[in-house]
Amino acid sequence: MDAFTTLNGLVVPIDRANVDTDAIIPKQFLKSVKRSGFGPNLFDEWRYLDVGEPDQDNSGRPVNSEFALNLPRFSGAQILIARDNFGCGSSREHAVWALHDYGIRVVIAPSFADIFYNNCFKNGVLPIALSADEVERIFKEIDANEGYQLQVDLAAQHVTLPSGEVILFEIDNFRKECLLQGLDEIGLSLQHADAVRDYEAKRKQEAPWLFAS
Amino acid sequence: MMLKSTLYDKLWNSHQVRETDEGASVLYIDRHLVHEVTSPQAFEGLRMAGRKPWRADSVLATPDHNVPTTDRSKGIEETVARIQVETLDSNCNEFGLTEYKMDDPRQGIVHVVGPESGATLPGMTVVCGDSHTSTHGALGALSFGIGTSEVEHVLATQCLIQKKSKNMLVEVNGRLRDGVSAKDMALAIIGKIGTAGGTGYAIEFGGEAVRALSIEGRMTLCNMTIEAGARAGMVAVDEKTIEYVRGRTYAPKGEQWEQAKVAWLELHSDDGAEFDRVVTIDGATIEPQVTWGTSPEMVLPVSGAVPRPEDEADGVKRGNIERALAYMGLEGGQAITTIKLNKVFIGSCTNSRIEDLRDAAAVINGRHVAASVNQALVVPGSGLVKRQAEAEGLDRIFIEAGFEWREPGCSMCLAMNADRLGDGEHCASTSNRNFEGRQGQGGRTHLVSPAMAAAAAIAGHFVDVTQEPKATKSEEV
Repeated sequence: MDAFTTLNGLVVPIDRANVDTDAIIPKQFLKSVKRSGFGPNLFDEWRYLDVGEPDQDNSGRPVNSEFALNLPRFSGAQILIARDNFGCGSSREHAVWALHDYGIRVVIAPSFADIFYNNCFKNGVLPIALSADEVERIFKEIDANEGYQLQVDLAAQHVTLPSGEVILFEIDNFRKECLLQGLDEIGLSLQHADAVRDYEAKRKQEAPWLFAS
Repeated sequence: MMLKSTLYDKLWNSHQVRETDEGASVLYIDRHLVHEVTSPQAFEGLRMAGRKPWRADSVLATPDHNVPTTDRSKGIEETVARIQVETLDSNCNEFGLTEYKMDDPRQGIVHVVGPESGATLPGMTVVCGDSHTSTHGALGALSFGIGTSEVEHVLATQCLIQKKSKNMLVEVNGRLRDGVSAKDMALAIIGKIGTAGGTGYAIEFGGEAVRALSIEGRMTLCNMTIEAGARAGMVAVDEKTIEYVRGRTYAPKGEQWEQAKVAWLELHSDDGAEFDRVVTIDGATIEPQVTWGTSPEMVLPVSGAVPRPEDEADGVKRGNIERALAYMGLEGGQAITTIKLNKVFIGSCTNSRIEDLRDAAAVINGRHVAASVNQALVVPGSGLVKRQAEAEGLDRIFIEAGFEWREPGCSMCLAMNADRLGDGEHCASTSNRNFEGRQGQGGRTHLVSPAMAAAAAIAGHFVDVTQEPKATKSEEV
């Protein structure tokens, strides 16, 4: 997995609450058996005016020129900001793959859906929960300032505004360490293999029906 | 004094292998359900790392999202969908995993197949790369959806690194009125606590009205937990649970059955156990529910009227209402019963079990789907549900009324196969998500119970099913 340490990036605003994973990557693109190539179809139904299909050349499709990702001032954004409950709905990790493939490495919102939040950490994407007031303020500042950038420092748990003001964010220590070092979580889990075997032996005594095949 | 535990505490504690240095838990997974959409990249990851499944016998796989619900004798027409289903077949063959393939009579929606086969048992931890895995909590299991990286993690290690959630109790007291179902209860709860109301919690459903639900009704309720933001929903084990499990393919037999029963009857919250949050609802006040917007929390009783944006003081919320009304093609203040339907879908992991089909069929009562409804689908949840329904003659009732009777799968719930809404079409759907484009780009979904969907199919618009004449009952007298 990609490590994440610091980022100084342009911010694109998606001014909606309850942005669901169906919107982030619509169902027709889930038929892929790969992890990559989802970026051109990120927010497909909001971004384009026609109906997208998998394996299509997206370069010639009619775009919704009002959608934030299509505005020249947000081209190359690496940070996305949205409202409450971002990533709700389906567990599809393809949503995070699509964000990452597009170039988004940080998502800021007042709150996230649990499964999406968890999936971010498996893919080197940092979800940052800030208060609704802080998010509102950043939305306003983006509106007023072309080329609006934020600095994110995971080790320090800082988001630094263009004014130099620092906002602290919370993050679970285990997830933070995995992300900072880009650790293979399966490898980490396999360090517990003996404990898992002991557990299985004990459970086979207590509840043998759980091991009948 | 013994510490009083919630059901969730008990399930969590009995599966915690150890705590990590960072304060997370290594949680053991008993049952891993697998489908074709969220697994190919996980198997590929295993292969790349030279790893094998830790416990192949913990896996049960079945294709459901992409499968056609029409004649399957010619296979899957669409190439990418066919490749995905074939990839599941070859991965299961390669790693020695049990799979109910597309042509197997036991194939179906993974959340219908799990409980039906006894692969899901009380007291288990159950995961699947699918958010509606919460369904299995109906049996007193700890079940939740995971992403593809975690699918790979469970395949490789039989464990997940997890932080425990907080405990929430949703108590539905009193009795549901006739014609009001578990689906209405679920939607009413989401309407009350919101789609993020359960975020960070595991929800236990209790109270008289929940205990009165059948196990299938409890599955519908737990299925929608994720729509309230909670990954896991559950109901305590009681005699109904035991009777439901008895005799199923993977249920314990003989001496182990007796031993299991004793253990399972402990799967309830202790008297006086503390919850971080308690929500109480009077079941008798719940009316049949209909969603009007693009989030499951945008829901009203069928007697209600679509909200007017100008009545909402909060700017962000007003914007959400305006955007939802524009997408749904509705006017603020419009009565729910004036919403006209183009399509009707009875199916999905929420409402495609035999009792759901019986509920829908009972409403038809010799009548026909309205001429203005251009398609009404019934998609049973599994091959076994389909066979049972046919044995009861339900297929004839649906077909004679003008419904299409299909093969099992996820179908129009998320429109990955050919079953979908056209741009601007309104659909009365027994599924779980009314997101923009969920059932087809530009499609307009209204979530309802099976009985409400059937009644809407016949009227061509929403009607209050509790006010419908129930001639099937009087004929029996």
